[in-house]
Amino acid sequence: MSRNDLLYLMPLLVLAGGAILNMLLVAVKRTHKIMYVLTILVHIGALLALYNIKNITAYTVYPLFILDGLAVFNLGLILLTSLAVTLLSYAYFEQREERKEEYYILLLLATLGACVLVISRHFASFFLGLEVLSVSLYSLIAYLRTRERSDEAGIKYLILAAFSSAFLLFGMALVYAVSGTMEFSGIGNYLSSSRELDTLLLTGFGLMIVGIGFKLGVVPFHMWAPDVYQGAPAPVTAFIATVSKGGMVALLIRFFSQAGGYRYPDMLLIFTIIAIASMFAGNLLALRQKNIKRLLAYSSISHLGYLLVAFLAGNKLGVEAVSFYLVAYFITSLGAFGVVTILSDKDRDADKLRDYRGLLWRRPVTAAIFIAMLLSLAGIPLTAGFVGKFYLLAAGVNTQLWLLVVMLVINSVIGLYYYIKVIAVMFAQPNAKREPRKLLHPVFYLTSGSTMMVLALLLVWVGINPNGLMQLIHGLLDTFIAAR
Amino acid sequence: MILAWILIILMAGGVLAWIAGRLNTTLPRWIALVATFACLCMTVYLWIELPASTDAVGNWIMRFQTPWIPQWGISFHLALDGLSLLMLLLTFFLGILAILTSWREIDTKVGFFHFNLLWVLAGISGVFLTMDLFLFYFFWEVMLIPMYFLIGIWGHENRTYAAYKFFIFTQASGLLMLLSILGLYFVHGYSTGVYTFNYFELVGTSFAPEVGALLMAGFLAAFLVKLPVVPFHSWLPDAHSQAPTAGSVILAGLLLKTGAYGLLRFVIPMFPDAAQAFAPWAMLLGVIGILYGAILAFSQTDLKRLVAYTSVSHMGFVILGVFAFNELALQGVIMQMITHGLSTGALFLLAGFLYDRLHTRDIRKMGGFWTSVPKMGVIALVFVMASLGLPGLGNFIAEFLTLVGSWQANNWLTVFATLGLVAATAYSLRIMQKIFLGNTANHPALADLSLRELMIAVPLVVLILWLGLYPQPVLNTARASVTEQLQAYTNPKVAEPAQAMLQTEASDSLTIHTLKGRTYEPK
Repeated sequence: MSRNDLLYLMPLLVLAGGAILNMLLVAVKRTHKIMYVLTILVHIGALLALYNIKNITAYTVYPLFILDGLAVFNLGLILLTSLAVTLLSYAYFEQREERKEEYYILLLLATLGACVLVISRHFASFFLGLEVLSVSLYSLIAYLRTRERSDEAGIKYLILAAFSSAFLLFGMALVYAVSGTMEFSGIGNYLSSSRELDTLLLTGFGLMIVGIGFKLGVVPFHMWAPDVYQGAPAPVTAFIATVSKGGMVALLIRFFSQAGGYRYPDMLLIFTIIAIASMFAGNLLALRQKNIKRLLAYSSISHLGYLLVAFLAGNKLGVEAVSFYLVAYFITSLGAFGVVTILSDKDRDADKLRDYRGLLWRRPVTAAIFIAMLLSLAGIPLTAGFVGKFYLLAAGVNTQLWLLVVMLVINSVIGLYYYIKVIAVMFAQPNAKREPRKLLHPVFYLTSGSTMMVLALLLVWVGINPNGLMQLIHGLLDTFIAAR
Repeated sequence: MILAWILIILMAGGVLAWIAGRLNTTLPRWIALVATFACLCMTVYLWIELPASTDAVGNWIMRFQTPWIPQWGISFHLALDGLSLLMLLLTFFLGILAILTSWREIDTKVGFFHFNLLWVLAGISGVFLTMDLFLFYFFWEVMLIPMYFLIGIWGHENRTYAAYKFFIFTQASGLLMLLSILGLYFVHGYSTGVYTFNYFELVGTSFAPEVGALLMAGFLAAFLVKLPVVPFHSWLPDAHSQAPTAGSVILAGLLLKTGAYGLLRFVIPMFPDAAQAFAPWAMLLGVIGILYGAILAFSQTDLKRLVAYTSVSHMGFVILGVFAFNELALQGVIMQMITHGLSTGALFLLAGFLYDRLHTRDIRKMGGFWTSVPKMGVIALVFVMASLGLPGLGNFIAEFLTLVGSWQANNWLTVFATLGLVAATAYSLRIMQKIFLGNTANHPALADLSLRELMIAVPLVVLILWLGLYPQPVLNTARASVTEQLQAYTNPKVAEPAQAMLQTEASDSLTIHTLKGRTYEPK
């Protein structure tokens, strides 16, 4: 491993080092505040290291990793998101008695796993990244173990994730058995040299889709999502909805385009069915939800379905659209779960619809931010979600995926219903006076509050002036497209 | 730049009103009033300063363009012609009335109410001004959300349902329009190499027939739902009757007009072939709307619902006229948009006045009010007569022109449409009969119109009389736009240029399109 390799992998090394440092610190003395600050510093350090290598043209660390524009973009996105989750966590965990310090170690490790996914070009690194991410998530989900539903959620995720990993591994083995290579580009070369798709290979790919689909939470591998979203602590839910899914989307794009999956109508058909099923199942199941976290879980299932439209469109516009939509979706999900986090109290998360009754009159700013996030999820102008959805539709129309595009439109309308249902609850008259909650010192809420403000401003800024972000994505993806 | 200022004043005024609402409850009202009045003054000034010979070639009075998302060829592009000018005048006039009528009616969350009101007006003005299709969709949505809040928060007893229905109907149809806009964008881009959302560049695109029909269908979906045309009208009675008075005035007076405006501005000039093929069906739908709306209006007991169904009936004339493709009919349509805005707005205001006093909208509980409220009675009489199309009032000119125009296009349908006027007499006189005449119900004496209410009602009476007696200034202002919208019909192109089709780009293709926008150079 040369010095250059180390330089390029520095963001990941910083994360790994930070996790170890945190662990040693816990052994010396447990202080929530120091752990929190240290975790923020680790994130900033990783981002600085990333900034250092932002202008690369595809650098490969043989045989496992590749750092190109797509990787840099997604690394940045994941690190920033994880930073926002960290910032939101302090006030949330400070209210609770359980030991809080290990949370930050696990969060750093999960982020590391997602980062490995994003830069991998080989089955080994793919699987390692996935497992680091999953294993950290098992414990993160069940972190507040005295809560009613957290064990259920943790065990459900543990069993299903282990199952899907097994499928993935078996799929990888089959692909390896036929093609004789574990590198994505090697598989691509093998496929382009062979006339037709081997049945064994197709089976392998099919099994891999199970593993990938589970992490993305798309139909029919979505069963875990509502329970886990509901049972996990709100910041962890935000993390699952964003980082864990985003990392897998980036990997999917890389794998699919390097292996040349767009040449096979069978593969496209499978993903088309998954996309349409996810859109419909997510939206229809969300319609009658009374629990905000479950509602957002179903909504995220359908959003992944929307995302697959642009993914299926392929080509440059499609990849750009996916990247843009990811950013919009990340900001929105973070914002929505951030509001849940802020409103949660000592005993339970604020996940019932009635917790939000009259919120617009009780806490106007929080409610306004939540409304903005919900409108963004619904794809209404002035928000990032609208530009994102527009990008998806443009990519779909450009490749003439009329079926998917029309399904997207129909589902946007169905989705509207439950988003405005939540909004309507917020501006209903509040019930009788609620007893005021015991609050922590206001300084604790300062970081959460300012994070939410930043997210809301970003949401509107990207919605009004998407130029900067579009140019950034455009510039970074050039190296990825050229590398193909 | 003055066009951009109109939007900026409205939006900034809205935010200011919201903030002011935290201090006290009167300040937001004044902020909203001043902002809207300033916009009205600017528009009136533009109208007066209008060069006399606007029916020459260049009928665009002013234009403002600045790049917004240049990668996609989207620009912040506003332009004003006679049609837009008239619509803006109507918007701000009704906007002021809406603010005045809420002065007493709205007493909770005043700041947020005026924020929403001003943003609806901003969205509507944006729709009437913008010449970039992306921006058009943008404003189309911007006027939707505040309207949803207006109905959902300050509406009557069944407001939540009405607000949902309104939102989902208009959003669904709007998304179909978005698909068509994107389709148009790519079709134009593939055939010319210029990817742009600029109206002036897109308007000349010629399509293969089936592509044109599909793209037009998307636009029609949005506009016909908004107008509304009969099978898609079911959101309207609920939304109109549940909204607060100001909301009903804006819905009936302005929001419906955006649908008509869209037909005139986009469907007619962009898809001449497809529109001509669709015309008989559209006119049939119009006639069905006229008769169906009238019959249902006659059988309503809720006053606001009754007025809402008269809107359905009157909007039937609009679609009838639009698809007649001649100048007379289009002039009639524009007159109808304005006079219907005034007369229906006035009827909703009257319903609001009555609701203030009686706390009911049920006309079975009314009767014999003439003796106690003669001023209100007179004003009601004027607008009831306007609604049934009495000569001397604006609506007569509008309906007459529309019918003369559509006679040239389709005789039989026009005959049936004319029957609608008879039906209009029936339902209009019923309003008068049930509320102001008849035996005096045992009500305590009602208070007659206050000074504020007179200030709202009298300008409306003056305007509707003026439009009925001397409509020429309006017709002159609109003429240039009308001829421009009809250009494709009066001088058909001699040589057909290559017809644009949508090409598929494979999902694994490596070609990179440069999506470049070109700014439009006025000749």
